Amino acid sequence: MSAAAAAKTFRGGVHPDDHKRATEGLPIERMPFVDEYVMPLSQHIGAPSKAMVEAGQAVRRGQKIAEPGGFVSTALHAPVTGRVSAVELRLHPNGKMMPAIVIEADPYDSQQLPDAEPVDPSRLTGQEMVESVQQGGLVGLGGAAFPSHVKFQVPEGKRVKAAVINGCECEPYLTCDHRLMLERPESVMRGTEILRNQVGAERGYVGVEINKRDAIDALRAVAPKSVEVVPLQVKYPQGAEKLLIDAIFREQVPAGGLPLDIEILVNSVGTTVALADLFDGGIPLIERVVTVTGPAVARPRNLVVPLGTPVAAVIEHCGGLLPSAREVIFGGPMMGMAQKSLEVPLLKGTSGILCLDRGATQPVREYPCIRCGRCLEACPMFLNPTRLAQLARAERLDELESLHLMNCFECASCSFVCPSHIPLVQWMRIGKAMIRHRKESK
Amino acid sequence: MSTGTPDLLLSTAPFLRAATTTPRIMREVLVAALLVLLAACWNFGIGALLVVAAATAGAAGSEWLFTRAEASSPLRDYSALTTGVLLGLTLPPALPLWMAFLGGIAGVGLGKLVWGGMGQNLFNPALVGRAFLQAAFPTAITTWAAPAESGARLALAPGLLAAPLMTASVDAVSAATPLGLAKFESQITDLGALLIGNTAGSLGETSALLLLLCGLWLAARRIFDWRLPVSTLLTVAVLSTVFHTLFPESAPPATFMLLSGGLLFGAVFMVTDPVTTPTTPRGAWLFGLGVGSLVVLIRLYGGLPEGVMYAILLMNALTPHINRHTQRRPFGARS
Repeated sequence: MSAAAAAKTFRGGVHPDDHKRATEGLPIERMPFVDEYVMPLSQHIGAPSKAMVEAGQAVRRGQKIAEPGGFVSTALHAPVTGRVSAVELRLHPNGKMMPAIVIEADPYDSQQLPDAEPVDPSRLTGQEMVESVQQGGLVGLGGAAFPSHVKFQVPEGKRVKAAVINGCECEPYLTCDHRLMLERPESVMRGTEILRNQVGAERGYVGVEINKRDAIDALRAVAPKSVEVVPLQVKYPQGAEKLLIDAIFREQVPAGGLPLDIEILVNSVGTTVALADLFDGGIPLIERVVTVTGPAVARPRNLVVPLGTPVAAVIEHCGGLLPSAREVIFGGPMMGMAQKSLEVPLLKGTSGILCLDRGATQPVREYPCIRCGRCLEACPMFLNPTRLAQLARAERLDELESLHLMNCFECASCSFVCPSHIPLVQWMRIGKAMIRHRKESK
Repeated sequence: MSTGTPDLLLSTAPFLRAATTTPRIMREVLVAALLVLLAACWNFGIGALLVVAAATAGAAGSEWLFTRAEASSPLRDYSALTTGVLLGLTLPPALPLWMAFLGGIAGVGLGKLVWGGMGQNLFNPALVGRAFLQAAFPTAITTWAAPAESGARLALAPGLLAAPLMTASVDAVSAATPLGLAKFESQITDLGALLIGNTAGSLGETSALLLLLCGLWLAARRIFDWRLPVSTLLTVAVLSTVFHTLFPESAPPATFMLLSGGLLFGAVFMVTDPVTTPTTPRGAWLFGLGVGSLVVLIRLYGGLPEGVMYAILLMNALTPHINRHTQRRPFGARS
């Protein structure tokens, strides 16, 4: 049976060109240190971290510089050895000016991480392990940046039967998870084991799309008996956790619910490796792998970049933008965020820097809906995007809710596939915002 | 190369789009329809081109006249031309040109413009135009010319150029269509003739082979939802087989039913109009089931020998209801 026929998948979804050829064969390189690092206090979902350093203070690479701001929050650590130059408002990739810790790197320091004793997480209690992960600054590195320790704390009365590692990397252009699986498969498996033991799951699964055959083979070579590597069909958005679970187990997470409701836990490959590094090497989250790519950057590559590095420096290191550059995006082309200024820093959740040219960003003409039904076929949540867009335009909020608009997770498959170029996902966002606003003002 | 901050664009995700655009969809349908027109010219002579041109002039003309205020749009242009060509292909070869022209105006005017324009109409505009002609000029629209002889392809039937509003009948060498023969004289036409299209009938009722090829081509390029024509033809095949088994003398076999009349043309070009047919996959199956059943029933028990036009128009009326009742259960809904 051919690999493609055997590979599992979910219903719906779209098939964009994957554009990964430029970087999928490039080994991860290290981004050199730069002069200034900007660490916004809000790099994750939940309460912002609380700064615990002040201007003038010397810091060591890996030193904690901010406390978690609550349970759904996490710590921040210095990406370099140097001096805190300020704690002030700086431009955040979300477009707003937000509080950030600015660190001037010490140009004479070796930037070596202090030696740390490995910690055996199985010696810790469940609670201690969760504490360590929170203090280690770990968040979901697949792009969502949800504080990881929250997922590792299994509430009373619930259990987890399977730990799933997301190696799909379904967004076009991005290859950081691919390279990580290929170059550090043992760390992926080590992180999976730590995870499994913590939440008490009997089995582990690593879902990988079949356009990463070499990664599948590398993982299988080092996988313990308790972990199964599952090849999945190449389709967007296979990496969305609900769809990943559907593809592997044929079970649907209840609408409005969590994977925990069906006893499953999902984490991305990046987070899993960071987990292994935290306990085996004492390394908190101070850097991450990023794919710098696109038709408008001179030398695309996969880089491991210290958090807080301004994106201008990263692009410079990759040969700089070509004259044709029109748009720079943080993340992938389906759900990423365009940037106006290149002075913004890389955050915990930044998986890619996409440099697009005029061809990719041509303004498109919108035509009337011809009711072709492509958006209905594409929507992985089985919604009716064109009807929802129509209702959002007319501000008919009750009907929007009854047609399950709130199940939409804005994957943008509908906008991608619409031949009339109707901004469907944008209307979804407007509709959701109107509903949220109405709920809040009640 | 330095990052001397170029003027960066700010837009929102997604930053990638699928290659198929709506004007391209319309254009491909138009090209397929023009291929059928070429075959029609081969079968019926140069008059076919004039009839279709007249219908297209009426359709496109009224569209452009009434949407003058809007910015020029390739979609609107292709759509108007396609409606005109498809309407023209449902007409008899020797229909007076002024009637075809009126049909074009009625089709676009009553079938699309009064509903609110592109994407808003309930009924198939080409079929609305034909229904108008059927009601206004019932004799003319059911006078079928025989296929042209080899040497006579460039000859024009005198009736074509009749002055407007002067005559109600068609001056042409008329011949019975295969469906007419089947219904009124219990005569089944040879399948070979049907496949090549060497029979009397409307302009689009030409080579079944060509229509099937057009259909497969458009389906392969994902121009339309394949479920719509497949469901229609499957239903006709199954239902007519049932009737033929029960009443072998009066009900023709499935092969004849599938290849004769406007069924294949309707299945490839009318039933596949996205605006007037269901958007859901399940709805598409139901739509085809309805059209197929109505076609067989009208052909066997209705007053007219052909029922494709009415079958489709009736199912168009049911499309909003079909859409509403075939929405999928959302992901993760409790059963």
